[in-house]
Amino acid sequence: MSEILASTPKGHIEVRNFSLAYETIEGPVQAVTDTQIHVKPGEFVSIVGPSGCGKSTLLNAVAGFLKPTTGIVTVDGERVNGPSAERGMVFQQYSLFPWKTVRENVEFGLKMRGMPRSQRERAARTLLGLAGLEAFEKHYPEKLSGGMKQRVGIVRALATGPKVLLLDEPFGALDAQTRVIMQQILTNMWQRLKISVLFVTHDIDEAIFLSDRVYCMTARPGSIKAEIPIPLERPRQQSMMMSSEFLALRRGLMSLIREESLKAMGGEINDMGMQGLSIELHGHSLADVI
Amino acid sequence: MSSPALVRHPEDSMPATAIAEAGPAPAATPPAAPPSFGTLALRWYRLNRAGLRAIAIGVTSLIAFLLVWHLLTTYRVVFFVRFTNVPSPLAVYASFSKAMHDPKFLMHILLSCRRIFIGFSLAAIVGVPLGLIMGRFKLVHEIIFPVAEVLRPIPAIAWVPMAIMLWPTNEQSIVFITFLGSFFPILVNTLHGMSLVDPVLVRAAQCLGARERSIFREVYFPASLPHIFTGLTVGMGVAWVSLIAAEMISGQYGIGYFTWEAYSLVQYADIALGMIAIGVLGLGSSLFIRGAGRLVMPWRTT
Repeated sequence: MSEILASTPKGHIEVRNFSLAYETIEGPVQAVTDTQIHVKPGEFVSIVGPSGCGKSTLLNAVAGFLKPTTGIVTVDGERVNGPSAERGMVFQQYSLFPWKTVRENVEFGLKMRGMPRSQRERAARTLLGLAGLEAFEKHYPEKLSGGMKQRVGIVRALATGPKVLLLDEPFGALDAQTRVIMQQILTNMWQRLKISVLFVTHDIDEAIFLSDRVYCMTARPGSIKAEIPIPLERPRQQSMMMSSEFLALRRGLMSLIREESLKAMGGEINDMGMQGLSIELHGHSLADVI
Repeated sequence: MSSPALVRHPEDSMPATAIAEAGPAPAATPPAAPPSFGTLALRWYRLNRAGLRAIAIGVTSLIAFLLVWHLLTTYRVVFFVRFTNVPSPLAVYASFSKAMHDPKFLMHILLSCRRIFIGFSLAAIVGVPLGLIMGRFKLVHEIIFPVAEVLRPIPAIAWVPMAIMLWPTNEQSIVFITFLGSFFPILVNTLHGMSLVDPVLVRAAQCLGARERSIFREVYFPASLPHIFTGLTVGMGVAWVSLIAAEMISGQYGIGYFTWEAYSLVQYADIALGMIAIGVLGLGSSLFIRGAGRLVMPWRTT
């Protein structure tokens, strides 16, 4: 436990001159181009952007699942060469092992590290207690609600004491109420563990509410369009989401993303050959109508 | 007359499995705890009504089957099919009680079971690991798959002459046939299970520090288990089919040989007895596999 609840922040993520292209029969398709991001130790940073902009691609590259075509990804100065327990990841689809109980899921990373059974059982119980899940340690994931599954997913990713936590739209499949509770839980854990978080979402409110800083990405091929610091005080309350400060940030981010979404959609509309659309819009541009 | 109906309707066969599944249920009456025994029994009845209904219908349907069989044979019905020489249920029962005291009959059964055990176990021991390895390593798949695909459509029975040439003893060739029959369903289903493993689970394991061997043991293998057990169940069925055919052609002992011999010796009741014995043994072994599957996969509640 002592190493999990470290006192000094850790996990400095740096992504420099990053680009990533997929090979296809028609030649390489650029998913992300010319991107620089960084997450300071202990910082909570979100990436938002229109769907298909490559934000998950970027996250997967930091996790080590994808190799950049150009540029490098480093964590605390060490180059990322593949997935590792130093970078915990939480997936949208929960991705708990269905054949393992809640506790066995949480223990998995410790088991991989070779920790003896009794020791990792104790560690897993403590962590499950922090997330209010001790009563469910013997349940199989199938029996849990979406919110509980994702809590297990987060606890499992944190159990090995990673330097950074990467989350790929982790609350996308949850209902609104559960989502809010999960955001609180994540905030609490992050503040306790003092690790850096890179959070991908398409939900602007969520990004503002959680983050110290938000990166907004352009439509495909994705790159960083803007970097917005979120100066809201912590601890943050739900009520803050009605404050003028919050709403101003929201408006700014909204318009940034809308521009990019329209660009992405405009492309698609042309692709589908929907030329008739402009007639129906009576001369207004698509942007005006939406 | 009504026999086509008996054969055709799948509903008739369903209660049989329902009985098998719900078998131990009636014995599991809850103990008389704080709430009175009466209320508990009533509650238990309400919760298990559907199961009880299935059992009742299943038993009725089996009795009806026996009754129709009895009537068809006692009246020696000839209606497209001839029941003139078909033994009645009572005649079969008589030969059954005689056979129970006949060590030779028991030996036939024991030998068949031994052949199934050896042939099927070998098929599982070779088929499951081979499927797992083929599913994980492309090169192994590319080398072995074409050969397997060419050999797979050949029915195990067609291997009988070849098996007799290949193996020095009859016993070995029969076990070989049984092995072949169950091998391909096991291999193909294991491969299928491997191809369906969720890649996100593999990535989750990698993120938690799992290396190749651990991923194989902790992710690929358990994720494929449901399909492996489908393969084992199908393989067990085909093993019996192949065994009986092989015994009828080249055997000297075994329940398939017993059935065929009964025909040659004009002991008609023994034909039906042999058939029923095969059916019971087949059902028993597939129930065994299903039970093993439940033990191995406690997370699958259904």
